[in-house]
Amino acid sequence: MKKLKVIAAMSGGVDSAVAAARAVDAGYEVVGVHLALSSNPQKYRSGARGCCTIEDSHDARRAADVIGIPFYIWDMAEEFHKGVVENFLSEYQSGRTPNPCLRCNEKIKFEAVLDRAKALGFDGVVTGHYAITKEGDDGKTLHRAADPEKDQSYVLAVLRTDQIEGAIFPLGDTVKTDTRKEAKERGLFVAYKPDSHDICFVPSGDNAGWLRERLGSETGDIVDQEGKKLGEHKGAYTYTIGQRRGLNLTVPDKSGEPRYVLKIEPKSNTVVVGTHEELAINIIIATPPTWCGPAPEINKELRGFAQVRAHGAPLATSYKFDGTNLIANLDQPVFGLATGQALVIYDGDRVVGSATICETI
Amino acid sequence: MALTKQLKKLGNASSLHSAGRSVRKDLEAAREELATAAGCAPSEIIFTSTGTEANNLAIKGLFWNGAKNNKKVIITSTFEHHAVMDPIVWLAEHEGAIVVGINVDRKGFIDFKELAEAVEKHKDNIALISIMHSNNEVGSIQDIAEVVKIAGDIPVHSDCVQSFGKVDLSFKKLGLTAATISAHKVGGPLGVAALILKKGLDIEPILHGGGQERDIRSGTFNAPGIVAFAAAATDAVANKKERDLKIRQLKEELITTIKKNVSDIWVNGDLENCLPGIVSITFPKTDSEGLLLLLDAEGIACSTGSACSAGVQRPSHVLLAMGLSEDETTSTLRFSLSYTNTINEIAKLGAVIASVVARSKAASGKS
Repeated sequence: MKKLKVIAAMSGGVDSAVAAARAVDAGYEVVGVHLALSSNPQKYRSGARGCCTIEDSHDARRAADVIGIPFYIWDMAEEFHKGVVENFLSEYQSGRTPNPCLRCNEKIKFEAVLDRAKALGFDGVVTGHYAITKEGDDGKTLHRAADPEKDQSYVLAVLRTDQIEGAIFPLGDTVKTDTRKEAKERGLFVAYKPDSHDICFVPSGDNAGWLRERLGSETGDIVDQEGKKLGEHKGAYTYTIGQRRGLNLTVPDKSGEPRYVLKIEPKSNTVVVGTHEELAINIIIATPPTWCGPAPEINKELRGFAQVRAHGAPLATSYKFDGTNLIANLDQPVFGLATGQALVIYDGDRVVGSATICETI
Repeated sequence: MALTKQLKKLGNASSLHSAGRSVRKDLEAAREELATAAGCAPSEIIFTSTGTEANNLAIKGLFWNGAKNNKKVIITSTFEHHAVMDPIVWLAEHEGAIVVGINVDRKGFIDFKELAEAVEKHKDNIALISIMHSNNEVGSIQDIAEVVKIAGDIPVHSDCVQSFGKVDLSFKKLGLTAATISAHKVGGPLGVAALILKKGLDIEPILHGGGQERDIRSGTFNAPGIVAFAAAATDAVANKKERDLKIRQLKEELITTIKKNVSDIWVNGDLENCLPGIVSITFPKTDSEGLLLLLDAEGIACSTGSACSAGVQRPSHVLLAMGLSEDETTSTLRFSLSYTNTINEIAKLGAVIASVVARSKAASGKS
């Protein structure tokens, strides 16, 4: 049988390096590719942030050499800027809280890269994501990883069935500590590299400062649900729903209870705050849906689990698809949920689909 | 051979004991041998570690000499190698150099009328002129003797790294003030090069230390590298004609083969007045990263333009200077041919190029 040819997306981190090595062991013909996502990359990685520094591209190259596969760098800076960074900014401008990692998987890794790989004659893309795919009657399905701490099925739930068909996740059955151990055994120096977290294109890690620089820091009112002014904010974009700290309210609450951000209204440049109870959300409405498999029957009430944050707990829920919106009716309320985040529905450990949260009740 | 033999010899060429003197003897013999190959006096050769170092040394040194007399203009072409362009930009940013770039035409030749006008305009304020002997991406050879003629008394430096050992080149005959040559481009080892600097001329060093090379370049001699450099240069010069002929035949075959399989390609640069072994070909609507990846998988090595420090391909400033669009520059490959290549290897390229180009077109997103 002819060997399947795959592109291994190598960030320069330990996960993607071990994933590429495992793909070789599994009999694939593997070509390593590092994605250059910034047109002006930093020289060195600072702390554990980012994955797009020159140091990271060197680490990826070195890992590819040790594994013994060809290695190239693909410039995806323009696609990344358009598909991820601009979307991130416009979402904040609209008062929503986006998840850029999810957009990167959707628009870059499993669209721009996968499309290019296929056009060049490759069969799929290997990444170091922690998720499992299974062959089913209706094609490949997406499932949670074995390591609940590392499970990344949430940020992959935006993938369509055809994208999942082209995705290979060799680390789905592995716990992170074993990945590091294996990297060490394979002689990969990245075994010692710290995990990356936070947003890769905000190298300082100061998300609020980064947003203020780009979207302005026009001060505005912080008000309660009745519209009474309680303080001033330094740029509505830099707040997230459920945020408690850094509000600097000048009028204390009568009961002395802490207050949280309930709503961000970019048009009036207002941040609305309230009590913890007022943060409670029972119904989540999200659109447009992406199904990782067959779409559910319209208006049929189904049972499953909802997840609303990258490492959030699965929440027991009823859900239905009304033809436009995916609506989850949670068994127990969830507190502090921002629009713009993804609602992902699971059936056990299988990802049913996802959509962007547009309204919460 | 020369390299491994010399590696076994102990001794620092600057030491006074017999082991040191013995290495010094080999090194000076190599200097004479290299001088013969490059058409200069042995004492005009300053060994450096790389061509980049030699270019920096010449350009900064000649600029600082000129600046003492308030001559701060540097005339250069718009498609020099980064090792020339970047020190000039550095001088402009840090030392007040005024840079005049001479345009090149679609074939990769500088505009002599523009050069003459620039020299006339800035006459007494020019510190140096630096024009490459041949271009590393497209191979076009400049008429450096004509540059020197126009320059008159103005010092002229030429980056001869690509030309040395491949085409006729004599430092003395060209009348240059300074020239850069490098070992690995004549089949010698990596990490050894030389600046040829006119006898009697003093320039400021960049590296300060023991002053081993005329007090202009400090650092322990890389004797094995230098000896091997000279041996490789002598070999290249001695076999130049024969190799030139063979490589030019291969080049013609390469172009014909590619054209036969992909009709819309074009060759950048000039086919007459050029280096034998460099062929720059634009494959419209493709993406050279994809072309390179697919050809590499077939065992065919070629290059795209230049890459930044992160390894990301950037539109070639050489091709942009020659009038290509950004899209066209990132659809261009450079093939380097040597006398060791064969017709069979070109046939191998011919067998795969059509499908490689078709795939790359599909992946490029260029319409």
